[in-house]
Amino acid sequence: MNTRDPDRPEPEAFLRAAAQESRGRLKVFLGAAPGVGKTYEMLTDAAARQRDGCDVVIGVVETHGRTETEALTRPFEIIARRHVEGAVRAHDEMDLDAILARHPRLVLVDELAHSNAPGSRHPKRYQDVDELLAAGIDVFSTINVQHIESLNDIVASFTRVRVRETVPDRMLDDADLEVVDIPPDELIDRLKAGKVYVPDEAARALGHFFSKTNLQALRELALRRAAQAVDAELLGDLRARALAGTFAAGERVLVAVDAAPTAAELVRAAKRLADALRAPWTALHVKTERSRRLGADAQAQLAKTLALVVQLGGATATIPAPTVVAGLCDFAAEARITQIVVGKSLRSWWFERRHGSVVDALVRGIDGVAVHVLPTGKPNASTDGTLRPARAPLRPLDYALTLGMVAAVTGIAEITTGPKTVNSVDMMYLVPVLAAATLFGLRAGLFAGVVSALAYNFFFLPPLYTFTIDDPANIVTVLVLLTVAVIVSQLAARTRVQADLAAGSARANAALAGFSRQLTGVATTTALAQSICAEVARLFDVRAVLLVPQRGDLGMIAAVPPGEPLGSVEMAAAQWVADKGRPAGRGSETLAAADWLFQPLNTARGTLAVLGLAREDGRDPVRPDQIALLTSVLDQSALALDRMQLEAEMAQVSRLKERDRLRATLLASVSHDLRTPLTSIVAAATELRAVAATPTTTPLLDMLDAETQRLRRFVANLLDMARIEAGALNLKVEATDLTDAVASAVHDVRRALDSHSILLDVPPELPLVRVDPQLFHHCLINLLDNAGKFALPGTPVTIAATRRHDGIELAVLDEGPGLPPGSEARIFETFTRVEGSDRTKDGTGLGLAIVKGFAEAMGLSVAASNRDAPHGARFAIRFPETLLVRG
Amino acid sequence: MTPAKLLIVDDEAAIRRLLRGTLVRAGYGVVEADSARAALSALAIDKPDLVLLDLGLPDRDGLELIPLFKGHAAVIVVSARDQTGEKVTALDLGADDFVTKPFDTDELLARIRTTLRHRLASEAETALVQLGPITLDLTMRRVTRDDTEIRLTPKEYAFLAELAKHPGRVLTHHQLLRAIWGPAHLDDVEYLRVVVRSLRQKLAPDGLAIIRNEVGIGYRLVRPG
Repeated sequence: MNTRDPDRPEPEAFLRAAAQESRGRLKVFLGAAPGVGKTYEMLTDAAARQRDGCDVVIGVVETHGRTETEALTRPFEIIARRHVEGAVRAHDEMDLDAILARHPRLVLVDELAHSNAPGSRHPKRYQDVDELLAAGIDVFSTINVQHIESLNDIVASFTRVRVRETVPDRMLDDADLEVVDIPPDELIDRLKAGKVYVPDEAARALGHFFSKTNLQALRELALRRAAQAVDAELLGDLRARALAGTFAAGERVLVAVDAAPTAAELVRAAKRLADALRAPWTALHVKTERSRRLGADAQAQLAKTLALVVQLGGATATIPAPTVVAGLCDFAAEARITQIVVGKSLRSWWFERRHGSVVDALVRGIDGVAVHVLPTGKPNASTDGTLRPARAPLRPLDYALTLGMVAAVTGIAEITTGPKTVNSVDMMYLVPVLAAATLFGLRAGLFAGVVSALAYNFFFLPPLYTFTIDDPANIVTVLVLLTVAVIVSQLAARTRVQADLAAGSARANAALAGFSRQLTGVATTTALAQSICAEVARLFDVRAVLLVPQRGDLGMIAAVPPGEPLGSVEMAAAQWVADKGRPAGRGSETLAAADWLFQPLNTARGTLAVLGLAREDGRDPVRPDQIALLTSVLDQSALALDRMQLEAEMAQVSRLKERDRLRATLLASVSHDLRTPLTSIVAAATELRAVAATPTTTPLLDMLDAETQRLRRFVANLLDMARIEAGALNLKVEATDLTDAVASAVHDVRRALDSHSILLDVPPELPLVRVDPQLFHHCLINLLDNAGKFALPGTPVTIAATRRHDGIELAVLDEGPGLPPGSEARIFETFTRVEGSDRTKDGTGLGLAIVKGFAEAMGLSVAASNRDAPHGARFAIRFPETLLVRG
Repeated sequence: MTPAKLLIVDDEAAIRRLLRGTLVRAGYGVVEADSARAALSALAIDKPDLVLLDLGLPDRDGLELIPLFKGHAAVIVVSARDQTGEKVTALDLGADDFVTKPFDTDELLARIRTTLRHRLASEAETALVQLGPITLDLTMRRVTRDDTEIRLTPKEYAFLAELAKHPGRVLTHHQLLRAIWGPAHLDDVEYLRVVVRSLRQKLAPDGLAIIRNEVGIGYRLVRPG
C-alpha cells in the first residue's frame, strides 16, 4: 500500500539516488523494430567512451554476420561466452561470472530481453544486467519497444505478434534511454535489401509486422517511452529536492485485480495511467466469499498478477471484505485514492442482473474518485472454469439429517395437532428449513424446503395423502417455504464465510503474536535461530533452516527438523541471497531449480541471515496466500536477530573498552614507577663520578649513563604508546611554528645525535601549522632518534620542510643502509624493526609506531622511503592544507 | 655570604639522600621533608631560599603548596609525571622552574643556580642583559648585536624584555600573553609564534639559539653556546 504524503520529501528518492551512486549506470538503446541499428549505435557510442580512456569490454554482441557491425567490435576485448549444453540444443550464453571477475568500467550486453538457456543463474538476461549494475559496472544494452513489459499489450494489439520475452519497466526507469530512430520507409528498404536479420522461422510472422503503419506506430511508441523516461528523471530530481508542489497533486491510482488472467491487462493499464499522472499505484485484491473458493489454478493466476504488479513497480494489498465494492470503497477512502481502474468483464446480462454491476456500485459508493472502466478481453473457456466457485462436496449425512428433521417435524405435527389443523403446521416446517440452511448450506436448505413442502402437502393439505393441492393459498405456503430456505441459506453462508475469513486473520495475527513472544524470550543467537526455525516450520508446515554469515561463509546455525546439511546448489543459492539481499530458490525468480526457497533477513545494517524453507512433497514451500504472513515473519525475525547481534556487539565493545582501560592504566603506572628508580640511578651515578672517579670506574660509569638514557627513552615511549592504544590522546591543538618545533626537538636529542651534524632546512616563511605541540615534539624526537640509530657515524642528519601544493612536508633524512625494500609501509607498525638490526641497534620498536599514532591523531600522515645519492632513509610527516594557518 | 639553603620535598628516601649528597658538595645547605606537612613546617622553621618540590606527595597535591611557598622561597618543581599541563599549572601558580624525573644532575644544578641568581638580583641590576653577541639595554630600550642596533617592533621588544627580566627562566604562554597583549588574549599562542619567528630572523639569522621553545609550556632566554 502506498499512502505516503507527496508533499513531503521522499526518503526513498534520496535512498534511490544514494543506491545509484555506487550502482553502475545502464544505458539502453531503444529501437522501434529490429534493424534500426541499435547494436551499431551502441558500438559507436562505446568506441567513443573507449577513446576517452574508459575500460570497455563486450559481454555479448550479436553481429548476425554483418561485416560492418563486426568491424566495430574489433577495438574491444570480448569476454568469451559460456557454452551451455541444453536438452534440445547447445547455447552460448554471456559469461556473467567472467565479466564480474574482469570487472570492466563498461560492458556491452546486446538484447536486454533475451531469455537465458535453462541452467543459467538467472532465467532472463536483464537479471544478469541487474547483477552487473549492482557490482558497479556500467552497462550498454539494446531493446526493441515491443519487449517492454508495459507496452507489450499495446504492441500485440496492432501487430498481432506477441513476444514472450519482456523486460520490466523498472529496468528502464533508472536507465539512460537513447532512441535509435530511422524513418519507416528506410527500414523497409533495409529489410528488402536483406540488411535486417530475421530468423527464418519468424520471417513469415514478421512479414505483417514490418508494415508501414505498424512501424509508424512502433516508432511513436518508442519516442513516447523515451520522453516518459526523461519525465521520470525530472520527477526523480523533483522528489529528491522535495519540490512536491510541482508534480501532480497527490494522485493515487488503485487497480482492482481478481484471479482472471485478464487482470494483467488492467495492471499494465494502471501502470501507464500512474506513469502519466506521475502517481504511486497499488493493486488491490479484495478477498470475498467467492474468492475464498478459488481453485489452486486461480490462486496461482492471482499470485502471478500480483507478481507482475511488483515487477512493474506497484504496491500490492489484499483485504477481506463482504463484497468487492465494499472492499474497494474502504480501501480507496483509507488510502486516499484518486483514480480507480476496474475491468468490465463481458459477462452476461443475466449475471449482472443477479449480482449487480461492480462498476455501478462503485460509482455510487465513492465520491471524488475517478473510475476508469476498461473492457477486458473475453475470458477463455478454460480460465473461466477456474473462476466458478468450487462446489462443496455433497455430504450424504447432511441430507440424511435434514430428512430426519423433516420427518420428526411431520411426526410431531401429526401427534400434536391432528390432520385438520393446517394453519400452525406450515410454521413448524420452517424449523428444519432454517436448521438445514444454516448448518449445511444452500443446497441442503433447498432440499429441506422441497421435502418439507412435499411432506406438508402430503400429510396436511387436503386432499390428504396425495401431492395434489386444492386451495391456491396453500401453493403460496409451499413457495414461501422454498424462498425462506434460499434466503436463510444465503445469509447463513455469508456470515459463515465472513467468520471464517475473520478467523483466518485472527489466526494469522495470533500466530504472529505467538511468534514474537517466542522470539523475545530467548537469550542467545543460537536459541533465537532455533526458535525462528521451529516457528516457521510450524506456521508453514515446512522444513526450515537458518544460515548466518560466519567468516565470509554461510554457516547453518539452526534446522527444524534437524536434517542433512544443504547440498552445494542450495548453498550457492543461499550465498547469493546473503550477497544480494533478495530471495532465491524455489518459487522465486532466481535459481528456481533449487529444492529450497531462501529468504533474506534484511535490516538497515544489511542481510543478517538467510532463512531456507522446503517442503517434503516438493511443492512450493509458501502458498501465494501465505506471502503476507511470511513477510511479517521475516521482518520480525530480522528485528529479533538484529537486536540480539547489537546486544552481543555492545557487550563485546564494553569488554574491549574495559580491557583497554586496564592496560592503559597498568602501563601508565608501570612507566611512572620506573621513573623514580631511574632518577635514583642517574643521581647515584653522578654522585659516584664526583666522589670516586678512577680510571677503572669511569668507563663503567659512562656505560651506566648511556644505558640509563636508553631506559629513560623506553619508558617515555611505553607511556606514549599506552596513550595511543587507549585512544586517550587529549589533543591540545595550537598554532605551531615548525622552526620552533624543530629547534626544540633538536635540542632534546642533541646527546643521542652527538656523532652527527644536523642540517636544518626549514624556511622561516612557511605558514604556522595547527598541531598539538607536545605530540608533535614526540614525533620529531622519535624520528631524529631513529635517524641517529641508523645513520652511519659522522654523516649528517637533515631536517627539511617544503611547501607543496597540498600542504607542507617535513622530512628527516639520514645517510645509512636505508629501509629493506618492501618494508616501507610495515616500518610504522608496532614492534617492527629493520631486519638484522636487533643486535646492533637499540630501540623498543615503538618509536615509529608512536610517530604514526600521534601523527594520525593530529590529522597528519606519515611516509617512509629510501633515498639515493646519498643512500639512506627518508621519513616524512605531511601536513594537509587544512591544518595550515593562513594569513 | 652564607650558602643558600635548599629544601628537598620528596617522599622517596633514596632520592632525598642522593640529592643531599650532590647539593651539599655543590655548597648548599640542605633540609629534607617527606610530606607536605613536614615541608610547611620546614618552611616556617628553616626558612629555605629554594624548594625542590616533588608534586607526587602522599598527603597533599604538591601543586597546592606552590602558592604557600610563593614570596618566601623560590620553587623548582620536580615531577615524575610527563604532563605538560601540570608543569604549566605549576609555573602559572608561581613556580620558578621545573625539571622532569629522571633528571640530569648537572641540569638540575644549572637550574638551581639560575633561579637563585634571579631571586637574589634586583630588577635594576638586570638592566643590561648580555646574550653572546647580543646586548639588551632595558633602560634605553635598545637591542644591539655586535654594536649594530637591531630595529624591533614594540611587541617584539616587549617580548624580549619580558624574557630578559627573568633570564634562564621559563615563562609560560599565558604569562607572556598577559604581560604583552593583556588578559583578553591568553589563548592567542599564534601571536607569540609570529613574534618569535620574526625575532629569530632579526636577532640570529645564523641560527644562534637564544630563545628556547619549551614545547607546550612557554619560552625561555638562554645564553648561546
